[in-house]
Amino acid sequence: MHFKTYAGTAYVLKGINLDIHENDFLGLVGETGCGKSMTCFSILRLIPPGGVISAGKIFFRGEDLLQKPENEMMKIRGKRISMISQDPSAYLNPLFTIGQQLIMIIRQHHTLTKAESIDRALEMLRVVELPNPQRIMKAYPHELSGGMKQRAAIAMALSCAPDLLIADEPTTDLDVTIQARILELLQKLREERHLTIIMVTHDLAVVAEACEKVAVLYAGRLVESGDVKSVLYHPKHPYTQALLRCSPGIGSREQPLEAIPGRVPSSFELVSGCDFHPRCPHATAKCKETFPSFNRTGGNHYVACHIYGELQN
Amino acid sequence: MSGEENSERATLSEVQASMPENGNPLLEIDHLSKEFAARDSIFRRSRRIVHALRDVSFKIYPETTFGIVGESGCGKTTLLRCILQMIRPTAGRVAFDGVDLVKLPSSELRIKRRDLQMVFQNPFNSLNPRLSVLAIVSEPLRTHTKMSHGEIHDRILDLLEQVGLERDHLYRYPHEFSGGQLQRIAIARALSSNPKFICLDEPTSALDVSVQAQIITLLQNLQREMKLTYLFVSHNLSLVNHISDQIAVMYLGRIVEIADVKSLFENPLHPYTKALVSATPSLKADSRKDRIRIEGEIPDASNPPSGCYFHPRCPYAKDLCFVKYPQMTKIDKMHFVACHLI
Amino acid sequence: MWRVFRRDYLSLLALAIILLIAIACAFAPQLTRYPEQGEGLPNLGERLQAPSKAHILGTDELGRDLLARILYGGRASLSLGILVVLIAALIGTPLGMVAGYYGGWIGQLIMRLTDLFLSFPALLLAIAISAALGPSFTNAMIAIALTWWPQYTRLVRAQAVSVRESAFVEAARTIGVHSITIILRHILPNIISVVIIQATMDMGAAVLMGSALSFIGLGIQPPKADWGNMLTSARIYFSEAPWFAMYPGMVLLIVALCFNLLGDGLRDIVDPQSRRQG
Repeated sequence: MHFKTYAGTAYVLKGINLDIHENDFLGLVGETGCGKSMTCFSILRLIPPGGVISAGKIFFRGEDLLQKPENEMMKIRGKRISMISQDPSAYLNPLFTIGQQLIMIIRQHHTLTKAESIDRALEMLRVVELPNPQRIMKAYPHELSGGMKQRAAIAMALSCAPDLLIADEPTTDLDVTIQARILELLQKLREERHLTIIMVTHDLAVVAEACEKVAVLYAGRLVESGDVKSVLYHPKHPYTQALLRCSPGIGSREQPLEAIPGRVPSSFELVSGCDFHPRCPHATAKCKETFPSFNRTGGNHYVACHIYGELQN
Repeated sequence: MSGEENSERATLSEVQASMPENGNPLLEIDHLSKEFAARDSIFRRSRRIVHALRDVSFKIYPETTFGIVGESGCGKTTLLRCILQMIRPTAGRVAFDGVDLVKLPSSELRIKRRDLQMVFQNPFNSLNPRLSVLAIVSEPLRTHTKMSHGEIHDRILDLLEQVGLERDHLYRYPHEFSGGQLQRIAIARALSSNPKFICLDEPTSALDVSVQAQIITLLQNLQREMKLTYLFVSHNLSLVNHISDQIAVMYLGRIVEIADVKSLFENPLHPYTKALVSATPSLKADSRKDRIRIEGEIPDASNPPSGCYFHPRCPYAKDLCFVKYPQMTKIDKMHFVACHLI
Repeated sequence: MWRVFRRDYLSLLALAIILLIAIACAFAPQLTRYPEQGEGLPNLGERLQAPSKAHILGTDELGRDLLARILYGGRASLSLGILVVLIAALIGTPLGMVAGYYGGWIGQLIMRLTDLFLSFPALLLAIAISAALGPSFTNAMIAIALTWWPQYTRLVRAQAVSVRESAFVEAARTIGVHSITIILRHILPNIISVVIIQATMDMGAAVLMGSALSFIGLGIQPPKADWGNMLTSARIYFSEAPWFAMYPGMVLLIVALCFNLLGDGLRDIVDPQSRRQG
């Protein structure tokens, strides 16, 4: 499946072309305001009021999601494409037990008897490695820790066996040790269930650990994408390079963090040419005029840069 | 600004060599403990005691950066509050420049506050939205000195320049600034009374990575220029590794390991430290190989496990670990661990 | 902020009306042909006349021009309402801030005192105090202000408690700022908008209460005009001269309504609802 979108109002997204293949584990990386969350909402057509997708198509298994009527989208959400978010409390209704919520979702998309639904729910809780699923079924969200809530949210998201899971910063609020286990869980689920995962994060290290492919966003546009090893070890776009240089990592103590001068342009500003040129150490005159096309530079490594993104065969 | 001065930054070995054994620590924490009474909602009589901090001890030497790392519930925020005397410790000593802050009467404590400042985590909340930048940054000066308006004005302008802000920001208000700029204002405020010691409570958690880099570089430069000592608290081990000279790892209100930065990463001794190091995501793929998995969740602080707090999750736990909390053992001159297995 | 206010036509209208009435009352001697009648001089020859060219709104039971009486009466009624609220806020706000910031026994003391005053129905308390002190403008003002301050204390205390917990107050404490300075420099500016909104809305109610007191004879005494005591007289003559009651009544209503609308408008600025984009 592949998609490309443009979205309006304050120009949150200015042109994203992305191909995601089955069973990919893609990391969508960028800083605040780069449009990564909006991309996810666009896929699910859950854009907040006031937002408009002004151009583009999103193909999911050959069908353009942007053309579908709402009632069909509702069938897709949760059943074929699922999403979990940074704060699991947003998904977990504090008034219902985990079991009740799981069963509600299962019954919405499938016709199963009550007993079958309960079994399915229990099974999902086991799949996400929650200890003592029976007890969890009867527990309320506030009784669970952050990590457990996120696992429950994953269980809910996967309960109808979707093809695609979108995870919007799922581990940002969690402690490091818990984060590691959630990432492992996601990897395991991907293998076992042939799941495709898009994970949004601001942390390049998380992408390096867990993802297989990565797409880097800047100011609403895709600037680089490809395999994790390729992009993170041989970054071509100056923004990606800068981002790597300013991320602290264990063992990088001797190298100072190099800050990127300047600031990310706000979505109300439209910068001519390449969005990054005001901050790019290698900017040329051409960079100020036209936005570079998204070109392939070997394998499936794509870059949008006049200088580094030359076509290669 | 960041490029040229980095070459002057002292290498780790130079810093270690200069770390005095006989020099006096600027801040010495001695057996610090803090208990909170948590009332059980159902049974009003039984009051559970939460040991937010227990027997915390460490020393911070001048012009160094001491990092504190831990996950939620480890007590790092409580520790900062106790050091600054925002809350009174239940037991222990907080010796700043030789003087125990816990025992000081409030009038003298106020004077000491001039030298001991703090930068908070959330720059959007830690500045009064109704005050101008000038008012915010000059507050320590107005509290502790009798400088005239003109003198204050000039000094603040200098400070703004030092932290990388513009002169015309002086009369603006917080809502006009971005997160990174707000944190610079907060840093300027912390610096205005010319302190010796600054506590930094996750100063960059709310910021983007590239902005974080700017702020960290700024902090490092300022430390050199103004001979500051930092206490840097964070949950991000990579960041703490980058900026600190020494690190203390906390778990459930206790310190489990203290070491200088190099030793901590090359030779982590406490199982929790090892787990933390291996769980921290790294850009280097080869770190995936020796992942140490720890099971379970962080226990409830009001009901910690018996014996060593980490034993339920520790892959190496022995019988003794269930029973007795390990003492802090000195491994070598700067490395301390609380573990039975050493 | 002003941009939002400008869009709220109703509040702007309300503000305009209040200002219009206030200015008119302030310039009462200039605006009426019958200033002496406004002051109280009877004109028995023209008692209870319907509205006419000579007397635009008619005359009262002593023949005085109604418009003049209303304008002169407005001076008393409006100023009473505004002053009462100011006094109540000036008493209640500091008490609330102290109770909120310090808490402890002093907070408890202040709040119990507040509860005490609040447990009396306001009007009855005002009547009692006013009767005890003797009927006059000043005493009416004191009476109502005494029933009104607890509201401000309660409101301010709640706000102060929440502001006290904010990070910038904690920051001020780590700097070593004195408590009183914290209250004045950090807490007060952040709660003042709430107080202003409440005060604006209360002014309407205060005008009404003042009129109520004078209606039963405990406020401004005749021959001085005041919307309340005009209604006292107007009540008796209602069947013969309905305009006598209508006009002062209407003015009261309009003033109270406008203060309310103004307060609502101000509140909308401070708590902006989510506005739709585009």
